[in-house]
Amino acid sequence: MDFSLSRQQKMVKDEFARLVKEVVIPRAQENDRNGCIPDDALQKVWELGVSVSMIPEEFGGYGSPASAVESAIILEELAYGEMAFAMAATAPSLFLHPIAEMGTEKQKKKYLPLYCRDTFKSCTMAVNEPHYGFDAVALKTAAAKKNGAFVLNGDKCFVPLAAKSDHMLVAAELDGKNALFIISNDNPGLVIDEKETNLGYYSLETHELKLNNCEIPAEDRLGEAGGCNFDRILQQCRVAMSAMATGLARAAFDHARDYAKNRHQFGEPIACRQSIAFMIAEMAYEVEAMRHLTWKAASRLDAGRDARREAYLARLYAGEKAMRITDFGLQIYGGHGYIREYPMERFYRDARGVAILEGMATV
Amino acid sequence: MINLEFTDSMIKMQEGVKMVARNMLRPIARKYDQQEHVYPKELDVFRGAPLFSRARKKKDSDKKTRPEAGKTGPNLGQIISVEAMCWGDCGLLMSIPNAGVGNAALVAVGTDEQVKKFGGKWIAFANTEPEAGSDAGAINTTAERDGDQWVINGEKIFVTCADRCDAVVVWATIDKSAGKAGIKPFLVEKGTPGMTLEHLESKCGLRASDTGTFVFKDCRIPKEDILGSAEIDQSGQGFKGVMKTFDMTRPMVASMANGLAGAALDMTREVMEKNGGNLDYGKAPNRVSAAEKEYYLMEAELEAMKMLAYKAAWMADNDQPNSLEASMAKAKSGRCATLIAQKCCELLGPLGLTTRELAEKWMRDVKIMDIFEGTGQIQHLIVARNILKLSSKELK
Repeated sequence: MDFSLSRQQKMVKDEFARLVKEVVIPRAQENDRNGCIPDDALQKVWELGVSVSMIPEEFGGYGSPASAVESAIILEELAYGEMAFAMAATAPSLFLHPIAEMGTEKQKKKYLPLYCRDTFKSCTMAVNEPHYGFDAVALKTAAAKKNGAFVLNGDKCFVPLAAKSDHMLVAAELDGKNALFIISNDNPGLVIDEKETNLGYYSLETHELKLNNCEIPAEDRLGEAGGCNFDRILQQCRVAMSAMATGLARAAFDHARDYAKNRHQFGEPIACRQSIAFMIAEMAYEVEAMRHLTWKAASRLDAGRDARREAYLARLYAGEKAMRITDFGLQIYGGHGYIREYPMERFYRDARGVAILEGMATV
Repeated sequence: MINLEFTDSMIKMQEGVKMVARNMLRPIARKYDQQEHVYPKELDVFRGAPLFSRARKKKDSDKKTRPEAGKTGPNLGQIISVEAMCWGDCGLLMSIPNAGVGNAALVAVGTDEQVKKFGGKWIAFANTEPEAGSDAGAINTTAERDGDQWVINGEKIFVTCADRCDAVVVWATIDKSAGKAGIKPFLVEKGTPGMTLEHLESKCGLRASDTGTFVFKDCRIPKEDILGSAEIDQSGQGFKGVMKTFDMTRPMVASMANGLAGAALDMTREVMEKNGGNLDYGKAPNRVSAAEKEYYLMEAELEAMKMLAYKAAWMADNDQPNSLEASMAKAKSGRCATLIAQKCCELLGPLGLTTRELAEKWMRDVKIMDIFEGTGQIQHLIVARNILKLSSKELK
């Protein structure tokens, strides 16, 4: 058991922290107002190899060993700046990593080099569905076999960067199990709706999709006849979500702490009041705890072990605590926290999705 | 490199101690809950057992015996053992001979001579007074120098193992006007004239562990029995010495709470699964029953509690200052374990009320975890002051 960052992990953390300070934080409020993220910021993160570093060199990546812990460190830093930014910047990983880990040689050769290039080009994954009781392990989108191909029917929602992506993985139920299918944007059975308007992540462009008898050749089922380990992908996505939630909560904590020190009422900083100070203390140890649960699940993934329980609990915990911490943060800011001039109301809105969304980022 | 998984040797150790807890503590847990103040003689087998091998003496740490990468350090090992034992029973763990908080203090700050003289004894720890609980700096017990002796006067309450111990670390002021700097720990042997065990408490829970009041009336001890070296005692290190002891014991209390919460959760899970619940981390949390959701949330909380305690212990093993983390762990575990034990009783229904099951006992036992070794409120104050960089005067 080791709670310390290795030199490599420390380096990666510092590198992303610096970038976030330079290109994400200063523009996060503006992005939130404009409902989009400028390409040049995404490009800068791309150049650090965020989605491609762990792809083998033969397909255009850097061939770094895949590490869930390292990914969690990166996602926490990105989400510390802006959670929507973290999801947009890593959206290509949602498509590339499952293919790199579970695709056939043919699929890897065909798709990975299209994206492992110098410039950011989006590709994505569609998991969430727009209905009550959505559960990633009981999908309503279904795939049926027909003349040696697959036909998909169903609705998807909250698909990040769907309109800008040439390819995406779509999750659908096949013979009682979950499978992923590679779908090209120009498939006639695929309809991408207008940009969604959501509670949080204003700057993340997400879309609802409709799959109407969407035909997909057999060779585009991820892993082909062997299929893929959808459970593992879910675990990776949940760990990623927990990592982003940790970054979000840490941002809310840092802002609240500084505000409480600088805001004077009754002739002293409000931090000198126990009612405020105790919230700050709780926020502090809960951020730590969120990170520990995330890293524990990530450690298991890195050991190649099943992290079903750990990823589930980490995400559950992150969802609960992200809400509580951002709620505390807004409360500490008082009326100012409710005004869009300050980032706290954004943190508060962004926290709600943690417990709800699946497949928004991966490790 | 970050790796928050238990190593195989940690798992083995945890399983081993848990087996001891299951076979030796659980079967007598109810018996000594009902026979408060009776010493659990079954615990004699643990006398001198290396189960809680004391952390090395601070002074020896010059040798820098940091655990090698991947190896479990002594503090972390202790935390894992305590947690596993308290999965068996907290009150019984606290009654294990020669494993008092005073023993921990002796190891932490005692001189070689003192360790030699008192090392084989069961040492209690007396700090709280009727008028000084969380405000440990306000104690009124005095120690006055008279030739080769210290003369102690005062009253100490809530002393764990008061009846069973052989000696007590007594906190007393040698100079009231010096405030905290005047407070020093003294080693007082049982049977010293002037020292009386006045009475034993009847408690809400933790009844297997005896708690009592000592009265000191002109109690004379040799001058060398001031705990720690004489040089240190002139420099105001005494009070800090207590606080240092707490850096070790707070994560330990946290892990006691964690062990107990784990016991309550395990029982709840067993009962739920026997009655058709399927707790396999499969369905989304908004598709499971309310009871299952509660269970999952508590399990996640317990994971968080454990990780905070492990981190605090790991830092101690790696010579990193851990006051903040120790308080974080204690703040989190004290409160959350209490809520977990209460909620488990609720989920268990009538099984959570009957004395035929241990759940109701755990709910009584757990409450003290958010009180002793610094209440949850004091822990939050410590954490908040540290994070906000405010003094105890600025943040009261």
